[in-house]
Amino acid sequence: MSVRVGVVVFPGSNCDRDTTHALALAGAEPVELWHETADLQGVAGVILPGGFAYGDYLRAGVIARFSPVMRAVAGFAAAGGLVLGICNGFQVLAEAGLVPGALLRNRGLRFLGRDVRIAVEQPDTPFTHLAGPRRPLRMPVAHGEGCYFADPATLDDLEAGGRVLFRYVREDGTVAGETDDLANPNGSLRAIAGVRNAAGNVAGLMPHPERASEEVLGSDDGFGLIRSFVESAAVMTRATEGRPLEVASR
Amino acid sequence: MSIEFRFAVNVLPKPGILDPQGRAVEGSLAHLSIEGVTGVRVGRRVELTVAAEDEGAARAVVERLAGELLSNPLIEAFGVELLGATSSTTSAGSPTAAAPTTSTGQAGR
Repeated sequence: MSVRVGVVVFPGSNCDRDTTHALALAGAEPVELWHETADLQGVAGVILPGGFAYGDYLRAGVIARFSPVMRAVAGFAAAGGLVLGICNGFQVLAEAGLVPGALLRNRGLRFLGRDVRIAVEQPDTPFTHLAGPRRPLRMPVAHGEGCYFADPATLDDLEAGGRVLFRYVREDGTVAGETDDLANPNGSLRAIAGVRNAAGNVAGLMPHPERASEEVLGSDDGFGLIRSFVESAAVMTRATEGRPLEVASR
Repeated sequence: MSIEFRFAVNVLPKPGILDPQGRAVEGSLAHLSIEGVTGVRVGRRVELTVAAEDEGAARAVVERLAGELLSNPLIEAFGVELLGATSSTTSAGSPTAAAPTTSTGQAGR
């Protein structure tokens, strides 16, 4: 039986179908979770997809943070459930405080939709263990607010704790500078493209692995990240078989 | 008796946070032949009306709203400004509050 993975659908999500498609390719059974539901339908993992949830009014991700489904996702995460936020999903996780930091307006002020290259800083996590040997990974970004920010102490904590998952790199794989606009598209501090929480079960990244999951799309470098998530969710399901995760509904 | 208080919440990027919009505005000043303007910060202003028994109760609601929703305490600071007050029983009345007052807050999460 294939593992069930939830994909949250907010009004304004626009990568939900890309995500369910990539999940199905990876052998999962995608389950769409509408933003007004607090019932996660027993899924083994949750992905918050890209888009413009609630129009990104006020600040990207902030209105979505207070939706019924996010209260359920926060409970799911607190119980150890796997959660991945991609692009707008990362912004929602950051606004909800489920991952550290904030995503600011791109340094160059413009919305950017193009390929970037990222290094996998931590290859042995539930989100990256099947990333494969190819480096750097090439996949698209599509965002206006992707400049990762956290105060210096938090950044040091993230580095020391192995919680920086992805960094923007140049074509030759060297880490991009903060003003290296070609490689670090948004001016992210320390070229951070993705992080995870202290417990290690919630992660977010700005680039779109689901949009780079088939060769026909120009790159399948992201598929290893999707497969990592599906495999990890399946392992967690087997580990808790017969005793589903205690999910608090607040 | 409930009173309607009109507030403004002014949200600005905290000092030290990169503000590319402010920088873009500064960068345009030369085109207007304007000199001597520095430190431009671009933020957001939200105005709202709160019905409450007194100013303290109304201000508490606004402070919570500003700290949890209107600003992100990691990157933004906010100030709350009382614009005026109207007794709801005399809705046609003009604002009765004295001089507008301001306060600033940086509520944690």
